Amino acid sequence: MRYIPVTDKDREEMLSKCKAKNIDSFFLAIPEDVRLKRLLNLPSARSEMELIRYMQDIAAKNSNTNNYSCFLGAGAYDHYIPSVIGHLTSRQEFFTAYTPYQPEISQGTLTAIFEYQTMICELTGMDVSNASMYDGASALGEACVIASSASRKRSDIIIVEDMHPEYKETVQTYLKFRGIKYTAMSVEQLLNADLTSTAGVCIQYPSFYGDIYDMERIGRYVKESGSLFIVCANPMALALLKSPKGFGADFVVGEAQPLGIPLGYGGPYLGYFACIKEHMRKMPGRIVGKTTDVDGKTAYVLTLQAREQHIRREKATSNICSNQALCALMATIYLSVTGKEGFKQVAKRCVDNAHYVYEGLLNTGKFLKTSDLPFFHEFTVSPKSDISALNDYLFKHGFIGGLDTVKGWLIAVTEKRTKEEMDEFIRRAGEFNG
Amino acid sequence: MAELIFDLSKEGKCAFSLPQSQIPSYEIDERYARDEDAMLPEVTEVDVIRHFTNISRKNYGVDQGFYPLGSCTMKYNPKLNEDVSKLQGFCALHPYQPEYQVQGALKAAYDLQQYLCEITGMSGATLQPAAGAHGEMTGIMIIKAYHESRKDTKRTKMIVPDSAHGTNPASAATAGYDVVQVRSDDKGLVDIEALASMMDEETAGLMLTNPNTLGLFESNIKEIAKIVHDKGGLLYYDGANLNAIMGIARPFDMGFDVVHLNLHKTMSTPHGGGGPGSGPVCVKEELIKFLPRPVVCKKNDIYYLDYDRKDSIGRVKAFYGNFLVCIKALTYILTMGPEGLKQASETAVLNANYIMAGVKDNFIIPYDRFCMHEFVLSGNDQKEKYGVSTLDMAKRLLDYGYHPPTIYFPQIVHEGMMIEPTETENKETLDKFIEVMNKIAQEAIEDSDLLHNAPHNTYVRRLDEVTAARNPVLKWEKEQDL
Repeated sequence: MRYIPVTDKDREEMLSKCKAKNIDSFFLAIPEDVRLKRLLNLPSARSEMELIRYMQDIAAKNSNTNNYSCFLGAGAYDHYIPSVIGHLTSRQEFFTAYTPYQPEISQGTLTAIFEYQTMICELTGMDVSNASMYDGASALGEACVIASSASRKRSDIIIVEDMHPEYKETVQTYLKFRGIKYTAMSVEQLLNADLTSTAGVCIQYPSFYGDIYDMERIGRYVKESGSLFIVCANPMALALLKSPKGFGADFVVGEAQPLGIPLGYGGPYLGYFACIKEHMRKMPGRIVGKTTDVDGKTAYVLTLQAREQHIRREKATSNICSNQALCALMATIYLSVTGKEGFKQVAKRCVDNAHYVYEGLLNTGKFLKTSDLPFFHEFTVSPKSDISALNDYLFKHGFIGGLDTVKGWLIAVTEKRTKEEMDEFIRRAGEFNG
Repeated sequence: MAELIFDLSKEGKCAFSLPQSQIPSYEIDERYARDEDAMLPEVTEVDVIRHFTNISRKNYGVDQGFYPLGSCTMKYNPKLNEDVSKLQGFCALHPYQPEYQVQGALKAAYDLQQYLCEITGMSGATLQPAAGAHGEMTGIMIIKAYHESRKDTKRTKMIVPDSAHGTNPASAATAGYDVVQVRSDDKGLVDIEALASMMDEETAGLMLTNPNTLGLFESNIKEIAKIVHDKGGLLYYDGANLNAIMGIARPFDMGFDVVHLNLHKTMSTPHGGGGPGSGPVCVKEELIKFLPRPVVCKKNDIYYLDYDRKDSIGRVKAFYGNFLVCIKALTYILTMGPEGLKQASETAVLNANYIMAGVKDNFIIPYDRFCMHEFVLSGNDQKEKYGVSTLDMAKRLLDYGYHPPTIYFPQIVHEGMMIEPTETENKETLDKFIEVMNKIAQEAIEDSDLLHNAPHNTYVRRLDEVTAARNPVLKWEKEQDL
């Protein structure tokens, strides 16, 4: 067996040292009636050559975004991933290490997380960031739970309804099992709502359908009502759009997959979680801080651990243990490679491309406008034809089309799309008569 | 000096370029635009490569050496798994592509669900939870949904052993349960009488790790299951220690109702410095309807995502889980086959017992009998006789080039040290580790200061964690470095 290095002779010597007759001696504590008396019913072992071929065949049954031009977004975006990211994150020192509980031999991971936390704070305008969450949806769920417990007088949560439907469902799961009341409503309803029993309001920025609201107005209303303001933001959009700090956010969370993380059929992705200082000691998950060692040398360490499950058990602010550290490293490298100017340029190209495709689609006469609000790199239009038939038609011509949503056809355009791809996409979408 | 990427920044440097634009520029309305740029570093590609390469060298990974971290199953992470997960047909798939475009991905997910069910004896599975604790939360929510579906709403408590991982009580709390603790008996097992007296009709169930965190198999498992089931409760299996029993015993056959697995432990996927993991949940037949939406199903050889599940607890994250981690786990299971998985567990157990036998002359073994895949020793002798703590000995192990075992856990062992070698270590590695452990026991007698001040050879030495928590500095600030 490839990954088991103990030889037959070793085994005999080891058994004798343990004073065990045979391997079965170790398992005598397992009662006879719960033992499996047969082999597991699994495919038999494959050699490396057989296995790679088998898995390649399975992978080949999928149509991937390198062979098809992708205009699908809705929470997962086909951005370009610079080649250095794969090389650096493949270093065994990063990817085979455990959670950095032993700081003396984990300064690599700890330093990278400290840099990651700094970058997330920069993008969001928040004071503190944790080391990562599972994904955007669960990060939002945790933020709502914390907001709900922040005040004794209020505990309800409001979700602005054009939130990603899967995020909404996730938040609902996180809240309903704790018995926290939540309501979904539109921005218009929110701005007329009585928020006296509302602990927190969460909103997606830009919305699931791409709309950018007047966040300052919404933030002012929420804050003046004494509720906490939770913003779930696309970090790529924050390169160009107003920072959530500017409209009074208490928590900024979201999905950082756009920052150098592969689409990967939905995961692993990267939830980010940041907040203002007041909520620091209620944050979920790992946090890295700066300190010194006994010789006065600067070093980094997991800190504020009194919040966490391994210390506080059922009183912990969250149950999270493993997070998405390697994905946080990818994002850190991505933001380093693109840097201050490059990151803005990527975001700007997304904006240019998306508006080019938007205008192009409207000009075909086959699509109607659905919103007058500004957008970043994602928008809806209303096709005259059936969306699923339209997408099938486009697929035959090499395109992965947008998502079918209640507000229309949701299209995302990243910096990867060339003018040729966009022109052809618009032409094919315009010529379809389904 | 601990240099950060920000320290390398200089105006005008850039490691990135876009193709020339061939379309008109579009300006976002000023009212919506950012006032100030985010202060990201301005560096070159070589800066980035050198910086991250150099900091990586201050880490310690499984590929470097022995990592006997109890309860974490730090086995070798096969490179083939990584290659497979990087195939474009897996990593360049959008989660909302229509099912007909991703039949291979759905097949992989479906097969993994089936294999995990076979390994645990269960009937249905979800791959959605992103990590072990996420799986625990999902599993406990399923238990709650089950009770509520029977209008059995007075159950407010969840029992957790005093030796349990911290995530167990924390996860029970996320599902809205009050946590009650059952003590261990003098054999290190769940105290059956205490359990029987606690288990009542206001208790939703019991969360158990088996083998438990002392590395001991709960021999009374059938009786435990009966106590819990007789009062209408359900039994939850924390899969953290599944590496001890693959192909030897299955949670379902022991009487468990819900199981989570840690693919990043048992199924060899890398820990990534803290994640991503993957925490699938498997359940028995009558709980399948409560699994998170969607579940991957198969009909007439076509795979599909089944969203039409009215009793589902809902979602615990977006999309379908840490899919690429699942691909690695699937690759591992197919590499090992049924004999291989069994042999992995047998060897993991042999290795743990071999280390225990090798160090027992110098350390207290509080539960002195054959262990499963890990064991816990006590440094109490060293502490009381020579003033050397288990922390000191763990730090001394760093000087010898090891990642130390888990320490001070489970909390029921004084000065505990939990050692889990895994099956991927050879005899020579174990022999050297035993030798070093015994040498450290000797050093504790002869030169306790050497241990108090350890480590000596690492890049940084013991850190001031108190100041870090009291005056938290959690991000880089330009001023502080001026």
